[in-house]
Amino acid sequence: MARKAVLEKAAPTNLPFAYRHYDAGQLREVLRKMYLIRRFEEGAEDCYMRGLIHGTMHLSIGQEASAMGICMPLAEDDQITSTHRGHGHCIAKGAEVRKMFAEFFGKTTGYCKGRGGSMHIADVAKGNLGANGIVAGGIPIAVGAALSAKRLKTGKVVVSFFGDGANNEGAFHEALNMASIWKLPVVFVCENNGYGMSTSTARSTAVRNIADRAAAYSMPGVIVNGNSFTEVAEAAHAAIERARTGEGPTLIESKTYRYRGHSKSDRNRYRSKEEIEDWMSNRDPITLFEAELKEFGIIDDSGIEAVREAVRQEITEAIEFAKASPAPDIGDLQNYVYTELA
Amino acid sequence: MDAEMRELSYAQAIQEAMAIAMEADERVLLMGEDIGVYGGAFQVTGDLVERFGVDRVMDTPISELGGAGVAVGAAMTGLRPIFEFQFSDFATLALEQIVNQAAKMRFMLGGEVSVPVVMRFPAGSGTGAAAQHSQSLEAWLGHVPGLKVIQPATPYDAKGMLLAAIADPDPVMIFEHKLLYKMKGPVPEGHYTVPIGKADVRREGSDLTVVATSIMVHKSLEAAQALQAEGIDIEVIDLRTVRPMDKRTIIESVKKTSRLLCVYEAVKTLGVGAEVSAMIAESEAFDFLDAPIVRLGGAEIPIPYNPDLERATVPQVPDIVAAARDLVRGAR
Ligand SMILES: Cc1ncc(C[n+]2csc(CCOP(=O)(O)OP(=O)(O)O)c2C)c(N)n1
Ligand SMILES: [Mg+2]
Repeated sequence: MARKAVLEKAAPTNLPFAYRHYDAGQLREVLRKMYLIRRFEEGAEDCYMRGLIHGTMHLSIGQEASAMGICMPLAEDDQITSTHRGHGHCIAKGAEVRKMFAEFFGKTTGYCKGRGGSMHIADVAKGNLGANGIVAGGIPIAVGAALSAKRLKTGKVVVSFFGDGANNEGAFHEALNMASIWKLPVVFVCENNGYGMSTSTARSTAVRNIADRAAAYSMPGVIVNGNSFTEVAEAAHAAIERARTGEGPTLIESKTYRYRGHSKSDRNRYRSKEEIEDWMSNRDPITLFEAELKEFGIIDDSGIEAVREAVRQEITEAIEFAKASPAPDIGDLQNYVYTELA
Repeated sequence: MDAEMRELSYAQAIQEAMAIAMEADERVLLMGEDIGVYGGAFQVTGDLVERFGVDRVMDTPISELGGAGVAVGAAMTGLRPIFEFQFSDFATLALEQIVNQAAKMRFMLGGEVSVPVVMRFPAGSGTGAAAQHSQSLEAWLGHVPGLKVIQPATPYDAKGMLLAAIADPDPVMIFEHKLLYKMKGPVPEGHYTVPIGKADVRREGSDLTVVATSIMVHKSLEAAQALQAEGIDIEVIDLRTVRPMDKRTIIESVKKTSRLLCVYEAVKTLGVGAEVSAMIAESEAFDFLDAPIVRLGGAEIPIPYNPDLERATVPQVPDIVAAARDLVRGAR
């Protein structure tokens, strides 16, 4: 996908990556999607509080730049595997929020026809092979998808998202090792939000940076500020290029923070209010991105307001769509366990 | 014997099935530990790497969990992997990917994907490999909706059922008894399939139905032969598929013989025999029973190393003869 950099001629080349590489329309679309992720999750949280959605959910509010930065350089038919904290990945990869809400409401119009819910949200048509309820469960699956890409010569690249907690699972080690020995077109993206549930990386992980572990698998390990869209996109772009040209995998550590609790049962006893406040007021990914967009003259305040309003409307309509959609028929309980043969 | 029938070993039959599938379909590939130049721990893949190359006969690192996961991911995205576990016992390292991922992926995603992966598990005791290399874990996986679990007992079925498994759009787990690998039997050339989910009446009889799995099919046939001299006429059913179970064949047989004996190598309690017994107890065949249902399974212990102890742990022909005789003579 050749992206024209409209600013390239006019602006000095020391502009940050995203502002050299994407045109104004694309950058405004990134902002819209970051808002879409945040408002989607706020809407989901609200529906949950009001008892309209059951189960649990893991919100990625505060991590939007990471999802967008990684997915922006991906082609539509590139693939991802995602995590329990996967709403942002799903939207960033191109999902429609109305089908996501429908899934959360357990409706047949949802991405998984009401069988998966938040923790298994997927959009196979757009290359999202699914969130996962098992920490690190998607990492070997991504390597398998990358094996398919290489063998079938599809030219696809696969991104595996996972958290800092997942990097201590055996599956992480096994998967990264195999991806490296077989030089597969896969990018490992560790979204390090500082905690696996209540356990900080300092308490759980022997290395200072998760990217340091890349050395053990002879692949580049890159650390980025996960709250800076342009930094994430720049690292993702390089890693995806590397994967696509057959040079093998990269481990990107995207350092970020989640504002909300781990899930709906979290009492936030393992971190301070001050810590949360600090991230929210000084390092918010959307605030940072808006400031840059304004600085480089890509959008103004009224433009931002228009984006917010459009997103608000899309979310409202999506929730209405979900509410109005039909529930699954109990008679179809047995469906989708095995492949239905015509 | 048909013109195109030859005697092949069970291992050769499996190898031939894999070769036929690989020849016919570029997407089929083999993965596993030491399946390349080594030929596999039980020489099932043999020299296939010479024919198909290292890209299609892939040696994996010693990474059961990761390897199984790679196979699942590849199956979801267009390949047809056949993943060999070196020993079925090592399924325990990969249960995450088998039980949580492969089995449920289609369901969780509302039918948007299929997972056409085949996993092969060399199973069972009798090789002196002791407790961690001799188990029969088919009931573990048989408990999981979304998986299909098969136990071919003959070279003919090993080839035909593996070819059916490869063509199947869903994950199929194949438990291959290690002592069967060298057993020879007639196997047709070329492509054919033996359906998954269909039991086979190996021997017709009127006095007692024996439902056996894997190597126990052969032991039960031997027992039936011995009892014929005593005027006891035994029907032997080879279950072949643990999930989905062929209830109809068993029900019809029990209605005819009025007696049921289940014979399997896995630990007796909470296993395949329990399922067959309960299924009959719930069925119309219950009213036809003239005697209690009897299960003959493995002892409630890990498989011991000592060969005498090892043999004593799992049903042997004399055990089957005695149990069958007692059942038919009304000693039960
Ligand atoms: C194998 C496994 N162990 C434990 C859990 C329970 N669990 C769910 S999410 C989670 C924390 C994961 O932390 P991390 O990988 O950092 O992701 P984050 O939640 O921070 O996005 C835990 C312990 C699980 N789902 N799967
Ligand atoms: Mg975390």
